[in-house]
Amino acid sequence: MIDNYLIWRALVGGMLIGLSATLLYLGSGRIAGISGIAGGLFSTTGDERGWRWRFLLGLLGGGALVKVLGGAVALEFRSSWLLTLVAGLLVGYGTRLGSGCTSGHGVCGLARLSRRSLAALVVFMGVAVLTVLVLSLLREVAL
Amino acid sequence: MNAARMTNVIAALCGLLFGAGLMLSEMVNPARVQGFLDLFNGVWDPTLAFVMGGALLVTLPGFALARRRTQPLCADCFAEPAATVIDRPLLLGAALFGLGWGLAGLCPGPALVNLISFEPQALLFVAAMLGGMYCFKVRRG
Repeated sequence: MIDNYLIWRALVGGMLIGLSATLLYLGSGRIAGISGIAGGLFSTTGDERGWRWRFLLGLLGGGALVKVLGGAVALEFRSSWLLTLVAGLLVGYGTRLGSGCTSGHGVCGLARLSRRSLAALVVFMGVAVLTVLVLSLLREVAL
Repeated sequence: MNAARMTNVIAALCGLLFGAGLMLSEMVNPARVQGFLDLFNGVWDPTLAFVMGGALLVTLPGFALARRRTQPLCADCFAEPAATVIDRPLLLGAALFGLGWGLAGLCPGPALVNLISFEPQALLFVAAMLGGMYCFKVRRG
C-alpha cells in the first residue's frame, strides 16, 4: 500500500506545495489557502479576483503537467454519490466559515505561527478522524 | 511591470507548483486521504503526514525569512487576517470542514485538481463545494 517510492513522491510533492506557498507569500504577500482563493472568486472584484483565477488555472495546469509526464494517479472513491454531495457542501461552507482549509490553516497558518490556524487544524483533523471511524463502524454493521 | 501584473504572474506560477505537488504526492486520491484519517483499521497510510511534513519543512523557514522583510517583493504589504481570537465561527467551520473531509476524502485543493480527471464523482464534489461557498457568501453578504 505504501512503499519508499511513494514516500519520496509525498515528500517532494509536499515540498513543492511548501515552495508554492512561500513564493506566493514572499512575492505578493498573499496566503496560498485554496478555499480562500476559490471562495474569494464570489466576493472580491478587480485585481483581487484576477490573481485568484490565475492561481486556480495554474493549479489545474500543474496537476495536468504531472499527469502528462507519467505521474497519473488513479482516483478511488469509497463514498456514495449522496455522501459525496453532502461532503462537498460541508467542505465548501465549513472552510469559508472557518476561514481556511488544509492549505490555508495547515501549510500557511502554522508557518505564520497563528494560534487560530493551530486550533482549526486540531479540530478539523480530529473531526475527520472521528468521521472515518464512524463510517467504518457503520460499514461493519451493514455487512 | 506593475505590482498587480507581477502578482498575476507569481500566482500562476505558484498555482502550477501547488497543483504539481498535489498530483505527485497522490493527495488527489480520496482513498489515500481516508487511509491516513483511518487510524484504527491496522493498515494506517502515513502518506499525508509526509506531504504535510515536506510542505512545513519549506514554509516554516520560508515564512520566517519572508516576515523579516517589511513588505513582500512585489506588493505593498503582507496579508494579515483580521481575526486574531479563536472564536465560534472558526471552530464550527473547522468542524463542518472536518466532517466533509472525512466523508469524501477530499479537501479543496485536491478536489479542484481532480477537475482535470473529468470523473463524474469528482465533478459533483466540486460543484457541491462551490455551492457551499456560495451559500456562505449569500448568508454573510
